[in-house]
Amino acid sequence: MNIETIIKELNLKLRSATGDLKKNISGGYTGDLLSDVMANSHEGDIWITRQVHQNIVAVASLKDHAGIILINSCEPAKDTLERAAQENIPIMVSDLSAFELSGKVYDLLAKKD
Amino acid sequence: MVVWKKLITPVDATDKTPYQRSFYVEGGNFTYAGIVSTSIKSILKQMGLPADVVRKAAIVSYESEINIVSYAKKGVIKLTVDSQTIQIEAIDEGPGIPNIDLAMQEGYSTADQKIREMGFGAGMGLCNIKNYSDTFNISSEIGKGAFLKMIIDRH
Repeated sequence: MNIETIIKELNLKLRSATGDLKKNISGGYTGDLLSDVMANSHEGDIWITRQVHQNIVAVASLKDHAGIILINSCEPAKDTLERAAQENIPIMVSDLSAFELSGKVYDLLAKKD
Repeated sequence: MVVWKKLITPVDATDKTPYQRSFYVEGGNFTYAGIVSTSIKSILKQMGLPADVVRKAAIVSYESEINIVSYAKKGVIKLTVDSQTIQIEAIDEGPGIPNIDLAMQEGYSTADQKIREMGFGAGMGLCNIKNYSDTFNISSEIGKGAFLKMIIDRH
């Protein structure tokens, strides 16, 4: 499963297209507390969050996440996109809630493995 | 706009003398929060250190950087890499920590509403630092600041 496939399957809107869209997604993590995500997410995860400010890019970059999906149609802040371009992190937007989106991502990852 | 990558200087992995570098952190400025830990991670990656060691160093440097940004006026993060260990020191000028035992408790935080809304201040930072360093020391002087020293074994 890569970023390109997940965009198609879940009808996501890609907001920062600078990342590597063929990048493999090995797992996922859902959370809005940055320290929780720092401690418990893994390399290759797709990170599902409601946070839209630029500090999410530093977390995703430090943890080598495959990308970030924002929930409930929340749009990334302008400086978030600028930083995502610098750090090569794909950011996507979904109109689903964290619960629904996490379930769908989980199913997709389980199916493809 | 600061280009992040410019902060990273090439590292000679064959150099046997300890590598040292200090980074300035501005208190209250969330715009650049994470820039120092991102640089530290890149430096350690360039040195060819094992992935789990880099991961631990990234977590502890990130949390100490966020602590300085959230609570202090300013601070310095010092990175030292020798043949055995990675040492990260976070020295700040700020209010200090009145009760370190309390601050070390999971979930305890003095963060204001603005910081919490951004997803910081969950009372996990110091716990993460403790959990992901092999040796951790913390001290503080009220009205002066806090001093954290984290050591991560390279092997």
